[in-house]
Amino acid sequence: MFKDTEHLIRLAAVMAIAVLAFVVLRSAVVPKSFGQYGHYRGNAIAEAAALPIAHAGHEVCESCHSDVAEQKKLGKHVVVACEACHGAQAKHADDPASIQPAKLDTAVICARCHEANSAKPKSFPQVVSAEHSGGLACDTCHQPHRPKIEDTAETKSKPATEARK
Amino acid sequence: MDITRRRLLILLPAAAVAWKFVEAGTPEAAPNYKLTEHWWAMLVDIPKCIGCGSCVRACSQENDVPEGYFRTWIERYHVADWKIERPEVESPDGGKQGFPPNEISGGKNFFVPKLCNHCADSPCTQVCPVGATFVTPDGVVLVDKSYCLGCRYCVQACPYGCRFINPKTNTAEKCSLCYHRITKGLTTACCEVCPTGARQLADLKNPKDPIHEFLKTHSVQVLKPHMATGAKVFYNGMDGSVR
Repeated sequence: MFKDTEHLIRLAAVMAIAVLAFVVLRSAVVPKSFGQYGHYRGNAIAEAAALPIAHAGHEVCESCHSDVAEQKKLGKHVVVACEACHGAQAKHADDPASIQPAKLDTAVICARCHEANSAKPKSFPQVVSAEHSGGLACDTCHQPHRPKIEDTAETKSKPATEARK
Repeated sequence: MDITRRRLLILLPAAAVAWKFVEAGTPEAAPNYKLTEHWWAMLVDIPKCIGCGSCVRACSQENDVPEGYFRTWIERYHVADWKIERPEVESPDGGKQGFPPNEISGGKNFFVPKLCNHCADSPCTQVCPVGATFVTPDGVVLVDKSYCLGCRYCVQACPYGCRFINPKTNTAEKCSLCYHRITKGLTTACCEVCPTGARQLADLKNPKDPIHEFLKTHSVQVLKPHMATGAKVFYNGMDGSVR
């Protein structure tokens, strides 16, 4: 039939080795989950989901600080989450004894939202703090968790007002 | 070639090693979270935004965003009465510490929070040469940090300017829609802390999500709709001057 078939066999062997090497190398280099959902590493989704959280969420805060939650429910700040002012507190929630939230400066915290600015919606309560307080700290008069002054005056405790929509 | 005992003994371990590579492992699915049951989006209600910067601060704490870079930021628009086609836009430090009072009076002034639009047909994922950025089956555009080369194609491709190169890792970075939170049943850090409810996370595949009622009853827009990116950050009450 053919002469010198030895050559063909050798060539086929070399090809087979090359193909095997390609398959082995490719599977070694391409991550296993690549292409699971599309042209990307499928495991990247689980890795992104596994990152640690920094903000505990107000439900977690309220599970311990129920007294503050009750106070907030009586005023307009009920819609403001704890961590909006107090910052990310997941670490504090995990270890409340040794990690304590920093004390806040009301002059900075309150002003961020309530300092007058023409770009803010007109219906939002705003003050020019220099005129409004004359340099006094906001919490001299306002209780930050329930800011309306009449609300927090001991004698005139009002029933719960509905949360702002 | 005869398979002798000696040759078989050499071949067997080699075959075993090769088989380990060929056999693809299936990663464990996250408990109680099914990728196919969600389609994430966000609603930004511009008339409610007070520009306090809580979202920007929360985002940078939650995601360890390098100083001077932003995964979300707030822009203040000033549209003069007579120059409506050239709005003045500013974002000092991304709005992280709020905004100083306006120096210019008159015209129209408002805040616009910006973030990744988590486009369904996102230009950034289309240009990535290595598959390091992608749209997840639940509609979030993510970056695979371990796969990104830092070539910056995606930074150029994003029409919304939402991407940057993290100077520490030298890889592309952007809003992940707090993927590590939403898959655990939490809301995003920015939505958690927004004091006026100007930002709301929405799951379009959840029929009980209030977003559906909102979308039916409001005229909602996306940024740069002419680019057909399938943007999923919906803006309510957005002025025509917003870019």
